[in-house]
Amino acid sequence: MLLHPTALEAATTTGGFLLVLSIVVPVSGVLLAFVLGDRYVRLVAFAVVPLGLAIAAATLAILPQSDGPLVYLLGAWPPPLGVALRGDGLSAVMLATTALVISAIAVFATTDFCPAAAETRAPFAFWVLLLAIWGALNTIFIGGDLFTLYVALELLTFAAVPLVSLDGRAETLRAALRYLIFALLGSVLYLLGTALLYGLYGTLDIVLLSRRVSAEAAALVAAALMTTGLLAKTALFPLHLWLPPAHAGAPAAASAILSGLVVKGSFFIIIRLWFNVMPALPGFAATQLLATMGTAAIVFGSVVALWQERLKLLIAYSTLAQIGYLFLMFPLAFDASGRLESDEALAGGLLQAVSHATAKAAMFMAVGSIYVALGHDRITELRGIARARPMSLLAFALGGIALMGVPPSGASLAKDLLLQAAEESGQWWWAVVLQAGGMFTAAYVVLVLAHALAGSDVSIAVTGPASRNQDLAALALALCSLLLGLVPWDPYLPVPFGTAPKVFGIESLSKLLLPVLGGAVLAILLSPWPHPLASSTTWKALASAARPLRRAGIEFGRLVERSDDVLRQWPMAGISLLVVALLLAALMLAAN
Amino acid sequence: MSIATVFEIVLAAVVLGLAIWTIAVPETYSATVGFVAYGLLVALIWVRLDAVDVALTEAAIGGGLGGVLLLGAAARLRNADPTAVETPCKLVRLCAAALSSLIAAALVAAILLLPDPAPTLAPAAVAKAWATGLANPVTNVLMAFRAMDTMLEKVVLLLAIVGVWSLASDPAWGGRPGPRHEADPHGVLAFLARLLPSVGIVVGIYIFWTGADHPGGAFQGGAILASMWLLVVMAGLTDTPPVSSRRLRFILVAGPGLFLVVGIGGLCLGPAFLAYPLALAKPLILGIEVAMILTIAATLGLLLAGAPERSEQR
Repeated sequence: MLLHPTALEAATTTGGFLLVLSIVVPVSGVLLAFVLGDRYVRLVAFAVVPLGLAIAAATLAILPQSDGPLVYLLGAWPPPLGVALRGDGLSAVMLATTALVISAIAVFATTDFCPAAAETRAPFAFWVLLLAIWGALNTIFIGGDLFTLYVALELLTFAAVPLVSLDGRAETLRAALRYLIFALLGSVLYLLGTALLYGLYGTLDIVLLSRRVSAEAAALVAAALMTTGLLAKTALFPLHLWLPPAHAGAPAAASAILSGLVVKGSFFIIIRLWFNVMPALPGFAATQLLATMGTAAIVFGSVVALWQERLKLLIAYSTLAQIGYLFLMFPLAFDASGRLESDEALAGGLLQAVSHATAKAAMFMAVGSIYVALGHDRITELRGIARARPMSLLAFALGGIALMGVPPSGASLAKDLLLQAAEESGQWWWAVVLQAGGMFTAAYVVLVLAHALAGSDVSIAVTGPASRNQDLAALALALCSLLLGLVPWDPYLPVPFGTAPKVFGIESLSKLLLPVLGGAVLAILLSPWPHPLASSTTWKALASAARPLRRAGIEFGRLVERSDDVLRQWPMAGISLLVVALLLAALMLAAN
Repeated sequence: MSIATVFEIVLAAVVLGLAIWTIAVPETYSATVGFVAYGLLVALIWVRLDAVDVALTEAAIGGGLGGVLLLGAAARLRNADPTAVETPCKLVRLCAAALSSLIAAALVAAILLLPDPAPTLAPAAVAKAWATGLANPVTNVLMAFRAMDTMLEKVVLLLAIVGVWSLASDPAWGGRPGPRHEADPHGVLAFLARLLPSVGIVVGIYIFWTGADHPGGAFQGGAILASMWLLVVMAGLTDTPPVSSRRLRFILVAGPGLFLVVGIGGLCLGPAFLAYPLALAKPLILGIEVAMILTIAATLGLLLAGAPERSEQR
């Protein structure tokens, strides 16, 4: 079901029109909502949501019956002159995920962005931009041409940036500007590479390009530039200066879109570039570099997350770590013939992206509800929230547990697939990172839950009643992420038969306990905050035994946090961008 | 060495020098002026490369409207606190310069390694001109072969408008963008604003109309119309429309909207989405372009006008 260079699809296939609809429907929604304005913006969005869900479901249903990917030739012009839309298994999975997450966010945002009779700024912008992001992402998932993908990236960037500053505070405006400038820098690099590829091969169609491309220096330079640009847009460490303020400052619904979906857009284009356009070109060393940056992202993101005072910032840094996790699949997909293969590593990476999209959106929504209830989101003052907002906290916890890789979550299946690939390719070091990544995730989730669940004798003051719609939307997405491992993936992704996790049994118990216990230890050692159980006697006994270790842990944490501060300054981020581009180019040139 | 070669070498040297000067000069205002001049000279290079369509766009956007936008920003920054801007230390700057030069060298090498003659789709695009009846291959690529990209680019423009408007303060929402311009009604600006548009509108429409068969098109024409409109606004002869205006919003979506409608027509009645029936191709494309030139002119003008600032006077 995946795009393959040998199969020439020079004609539109049955069901290809679904691909067109998945772009046209949200884009029509954008135009309609913009013209109608007033109280109709939300109405238009709610008309588009069921349609979009139906289109994504129909695509999922029709793809397994098709011989290969779904293809649609726009204007009936075949590539290279025309543009083709192609929907393979990866596209179908991402289309469905996006439809699901957008729908949940739409339900969540119903009350927060309720349009009044006279048009107001934030609801108008939010609903228009929500639909625009949907259209942009769908275009990215099915675009069969590198320039169409560029246009889709622009669409995505211009829809995402205003979401950051929806509340209009100076601080969020600054975050939005940072995001805009860095994302445009990424766009320019991507466009530069695209122009070089056209100059080399006279086409930008992904399938045609994959047949013509060869290991020429200019093609490698193009690949390095495009990858760097996309990494900047994905915020892979150390190109992450824009992510924490943007994702933490936006309103809850917007953060859920930005963290859950938007970063997956540029990530998906990296997959297309490396796996579909030039699977034989990057070489072993470049894949190792990507995964090394991913590992650094996991360590930095997780440790700095543990140092955050505010819950939203903690989740934003968690996104940083999870983005790093996504890049571990690149070396693991590298096989003996020197090509990136579409095997279980790719499936694992994509599943991880899907799990993160659902879980992280749920977590941001839950934190939004908690913030509204408390009027703040300081982690050390969460005590008692379990009683005041049980559903929100449950959604947060389920999302966190799903991310840790506890069976039967999608992240657990993804981890199994990646571990299997690591074993097959003999790259044990990435297996270590995979396991440690799960523990780091557990660490900050456990930290938050420990504060939230700690017994309290005084009841905390909360404002207003809980919104049931909001809680249900967050809970549904979190459950989705937690049960993703049970979905039959094999019609869409190369998931080998028999990897479906057993929910009950010794094995799954160990998979549950290992990350949680490891995470608890990490949280205790690395978090600088007073522990919620600090008053109990057993804790004091344990604490005195572990004091030197904890002191070392905190010193390490401080070092990591300081270096993160430096790396998030403009000069350092710019230098990082240049270094990444040069390193990628050098490694690719050396490999060919 | 022919005169043309000498001219090209001088042009390249001046563009490079101007680029370096624009980066090196400390004052924002001077850098802006340098950048505008740079854009106009780059347009000349495009002319020398026989890419007149690109040259027109570069001159209109890089030199013209982009320049106005940057000058406005520079004027606003002049009042800002200069101490807030910190310059990185020398070592960091040296590092950045060295790394940038390496990247530039890699780019130069990659461009020199490109095959000559370059593989191109230009002959294919020219050969298929029968499908639309338009002789300008660039217009054919934009409106037929890659119509999807063009349509989505117009949606990007719309999102840029949403982005700029969303910077408004909540009470000003629905109001008119930008400050109210007052100018001496008998002054030079007002005189020019009465005189120039009569010529500029004709030129804009001509560039759009000739785009069917020669270099030009909706974007370049739209940019000229936008600048004429801005001139009239700046002279205080007219005001920007309130962003809540239904008519304005309709104009802003007219281009991509009509494109979508024609595309869906092709999906339902014809062979494919965005496919034009042979007999109707030219009128349909021209119709879409008419809608697009309006959308582009309004969008570019409003992007420059900025966020709504004044609450609507009803």
